[in-house]
Amino acid sequence: MATTNSRTLARFMLLPSVTLLLAWMIVPLCMTLYFSFIDYNLLVPGDKEFVGFLNYEFFLTDPAFFESFFNTLYLVTGVLLITICGGIGLAILLDQAIWGRNYVRIMVLAPFFVMPTVSALVWKNMLMNPVNGLFAHFAIWLGFEPIDFFAQMPLFSIIIIVSWQWLPFAALILLTAIQSLDREQLEAADLDGAGPFSKFFYIVLPHLSRAVTAVILIETIFLLSIFAEILVTTSGGPGYSSTNITYLIYTQSLLQFDVGGGSAGGIVAVIIANIVAIFLMRLIGKNLEG
Amino acid sequence: MGSITLKQVTKNFDDVNVIKPLDLEIKDGEFIVFVGPSGCGKSTLLRMIAGLEDTTSGNIEIDGQDATHTPPAKRGLAMVFQSYALYPHMSVRNNIAFPLKRAKVSPAEIESKIANAAKILNLTDYLDRKPGQLSGGQRQRVAIGRAIVRQPSAFLFDEPLSNLDASLRVNMRLEISELHKSLATTMIYVTHDQVEAMTMADRIAVFNGGIIEQVGTPLELYQHPVNKFVAGFIGSPKMNFIEVPNTETNETTSLGVRPEHFIISQDAGTWAGKVGVIEHLGSESFLHVTLTNGTTVTVKADGDCPLEYGDSVFLTAQKNKVHTFDTNGNTIKVNN
Repeated sequence: MATTNSRTLARFMLLPSVTLLLAWMIVPLCMTLYFSFIDYNLLVPGDKEFVGFLNYEFFLTDPAFFESFFNTLYLVTGVLLITICGGIGLAILLDQAIWGRNYVRIMVLAPFFVMPTVSALVWKNMLMNPVNGLFAHFAIWLGFEPIDFFAQMPLFSIIIIVSWQWLPFAALILLTAIQSLDREQLEAADLDGAGPFSKFFYIVLPHLSRAVTAVILIETIFLLSIFAEILVTTSGGPGYSSTNITYLIYTQSLLQFDVGGGSAGGIVAVIIANIVAIFLMRLIGKNLEG
Repeated sequence: MGSITLKQVTKNFDDVNVIKPLDLEIKDGEFIVFVGPSGCGKSTLLRMIAGLEDTTSGNIEIDGQDATHTPPAKRGLAMVFQSYALYPHMSVRNNIAFPLKRAKVSPAEIESKIANAAKILNLTDYLDRKPGQLSGGQRQRVAIGRAIVRQPSAFLFDEPLSNLDASLRVNMRLEISELHKSLATTMIYVTHDQVEAMTMADRIAVFNGGIIEQVGTPLELYQHPVNKFVAGFIGSPKMNFIEVPNTETNETTSLGVRPEHFIISQDAGTWAGKVGVIEHLGSESFLHVTLTNGTTVTVKADGDCPLEYGDSVFLTAQKNKVHTFDTNGNTIKVNN
């Protein structure tokens, strides 16, 4: 099927979808690039004049930028740590033969189906609320002062919420990986005198490395652009303590009406995402090869 | 030391009984082969001896000690799996070292044991490769190496050659036999291939439906099978069975004649038949002969057999080479 004829036809057939995808990506990117170089504020009507790298200068020298940059980093690494470690633990538990295992697996997946805004609201109002929240009631019952999560530890609270959402995803991917482990290898390890810990560290964990890599890559893509959870719970505050880059761009362009500055921030975010992607692929991408 | 005694051992999976009460004594240094069709319980019994399956009832004794509930690692046995079960992310060296490291053997001793095992198994050049970079035969040798270094009291092989191609299988068969002679350790070998059983075993245990039909040396099984099943299972090509009505008891008995025990004649004989397909192997030929009563038998003839498709022949069994079975398939002892 690899004649010149069929290959030409194949390219021709691919053309519409490739064109569409390209346009879908290129047009907004070019518009953002264009906006990032002009003085474009919705509150200031008049000429949108070319200002060079001024927007970038303002965005990158803003103290909020550094804070939100590190917040983004903490958010991504924190959630990754919790979901990977918790996911491996959960996957091992779910792999055990327990009664009603299939139902338990579906239940575990449930948080992943809840919309980010809804789960953030549930956590904010029902669990973490310092007056009515379950945690507050629990703290009072134990004789402690309730913690005002979003005031005292805003970023940590958001990490917890996002982790709760992504834990099932990690657990499910890792569970399928555990299930694909050759049982004879574990039996051989049994005969070789390996205890549960040796078996986990020398056989299960290395077997999981590819799945863990996949989870890290996929989650990172989504975690860099966490937005709804922040908007619903802390609105980036107090101050900028729970603002990530995505949220900073939102405040810049939609709360301060500075489209130019926001666009510059957007381009910066694109560059950061690419740096992270290259870094990750270098670091762990080799795990995905054959 | 490596004597293993099974006393009234049974195994149930839920309600299904896969091994009926079974006694077997395996002597120290013996090469015993469990052979039987698939699903006969031979692998399950091996896994019970290894400790990978619980024993439902009965006792397993290793070196005179009751080991029925001993965890696998404490039994002092090493197993070679059908899939080799090598650890894919570890080099050959680390695969072989794994059981030693778990046993907290000193690094210097580990190094010397690996070197020794690698020399025996011709793996010295491959120690730093991963299992994925090795051929089937080499992987097999690594699995054996991992078993050897532990100096177990007995080796358990679970169909180790079934993933290899035919020529490699013959080589590995020899290597394992050679290994057994040089180590003189007890080996239990599970296979469904009777050729492997015949060529390697000191003693063979023929399994069928969760029971042992017969235990004996290869020649005992070949010459004196206790029943039709063993007679048909041991020997290649299979023994021919010819139904004969018994005029005295009004029952049909079955006569068993191996292909190599027929005398072919074109003039006269016990059974008349027509030659069907002839398989020429060079050193010998196998004739498929359809007898007048409709039974098709396989007959071994010389390599330069002049017969052709459609020829009429007469067959006679060699003297004292006929096995007689009653209606239940048990051998009827001939008093001569």
